Amino acid sequence: MDSNAILTVKNLNVSFDGDHILRDLDFSVSKGDVLAIVGPNGAGKSVLFRTLLGLIPYSGEIEWIKDLKISYVPQKFSIDRELPLSTEEFLKFKKKSMADIVNVLKSVGIGSEHKNDSDHYMKHVKQHVLNQRLGWLSGGQLQRVLIAWALLDDPDVLLFDEPTAGIDVGGEETIYNLLKKLHGERNLTMLLISHDLNIVYKYANNVLCINKEMICYGVPATVLDPTSLAKLYGGEAGFYQHDHHGSR
Amino acid sequence: MTGSLIGLGAGYVGSFMVLRRMSLVGDALSHVALPGIAISLLININPFFGAFIALFLAILGIWFLEKRTELPSETLVGIFFTLSLALGLLLTPEPELMEALFGNISKITTLDLIITAGLVSVTIIVLRRISEGLMLGIISKELAQAIKIPIHKINFIFLILVAFIVALGLKVAGTLLMGSLVIMPAAAARNTSLSLSQYSRWSTLFGVLSAIGGILAARYFGIEPGPTIVLTAGVIFVLTLFFKHK
Repeated sequence: MDSNAILTVKNLNVSFDGDHILRDLDFSVSKGDVLAIVGPNGAGKSVLFRTLLGLIPYSGEIEWIKDLKISYVPQKFSIDRELPLSTEEFLKFKKKSMADIVNVLKSVGIGSEHKNDSDHYMKHVKQHVLNQRLGWLSGGQLQRVLIAWALLDDPDVLLFDEPTAGIDVGGEETIYNLLKKLHGERNLTMLLISHDLNIVYKYANNVLCINKEMICYGVPATVLDPTSLAKLYGGEAGFYQHDHHGSR
Repeated sequence: MTGSLIGLGAGYVGSFMVLRRMSLVGDALSHVALPGIAISLLININPFFGAFIALFLAILGIWFLEKRTELPSETLVGIFFTLSLALGLLLTPEPELMEALFGNISKITTLDLIITAGLVSVTIIVLRRISEGLMLGIISKELAQAIKIPIHKINFIFLILVAFIVALGLKVAGTLLMGSLVIMPAAAARNTSLSLSQYSRWSTLFGVLSAIGGILAARYFGIEPGPTIVLTAGVIFVLTLFFKHK
């Protein structure tokens, strides 16, 4: 195994009530990696994340190096419009310092149009984001706020389950560009679950394809061949492989 | 005095019950107390204790269900709680039945006041401490677990607090009406609040106002305060609709 590995997974198995959800996964993640995890619905991707976080019982080995700060943004995050919780209160659950909150909001591109005028920026962000109900933010804003939440305690590793679920196609690209920027700036290691193979080619240096068992693992351009894609999604999906601009 | 303390506790605890979509559970829970009250009357102890024990058992049941299943436990809650209401109706001696169902504020003793003051303070202090975890659990269970919030433990503590408040309120509002004293101030506060801190404050204030307003009205008209408390809460709720944020 790689000596730079910050996460080593060997022979990982997860089952619920006798049903195998994940079977014999072996992979590792090195510092600075962007690992994309792909697979069809029900393949066990989110279960894998929750297992890595220690929320689900498993057999096999999951070894994170010591003193690593791991942040996680779960999937399908819908917030009731009626929920009486302001964005500021939400972020303060994680960290109380207002200065840190403002910094991290800046770095996820909230209120970026007023970036250069700090008084104006504070006023704008307070009025439109911090003092608003969390449930009133747009899909894109909410996703940025969630990324901000994940970044607030300066994590070393970010686990991101479908970063763009519920965001329109234009917005998806921006979120991924943001993740890429943050990856560079903050020396982050990222694990992303995505259903979008284009994103995998564009942003990830490693890919893990699973459908309950491991189908492929390695550099996207090499391992995502027609055979493994067919195995992953069933016959017709190999079709998408070179269609980099196509829709999903 | 006891009434306003209960309004205070009910408003605060209720605020989180509404958020957790437990409104019906709260209502049903107050019915569970009835067999507990009946048994305490039969063996001649303070009905608060019987009610609390019955509620505690019911809450263990809910907590267990919430932990084991993803289902909102409403159906089971509906069946189980109506059964206990039926049982309570049969067990409660006839003369005390009205009192158990609708409360009887004139029978509140100094001991009741002391118990109420103590438990309401405990409830408020504990709830303040767990409120962040509770809120995060409401937004996303996984998010809360990922930052190591012991969510099952917090839920259990919360349910115990609910049992305290409901059991305390029975003497004032009775089993049939206590549920709404927990829910209505919170529903009203949700209309007028943007943030959690505003929401808790409003809900608590509305709870106190409902209790005081209801008791004064009851005294004025010479009737039992249970219904007037609930009606006051209802009026507050309707008024807040005009101040609702878009």
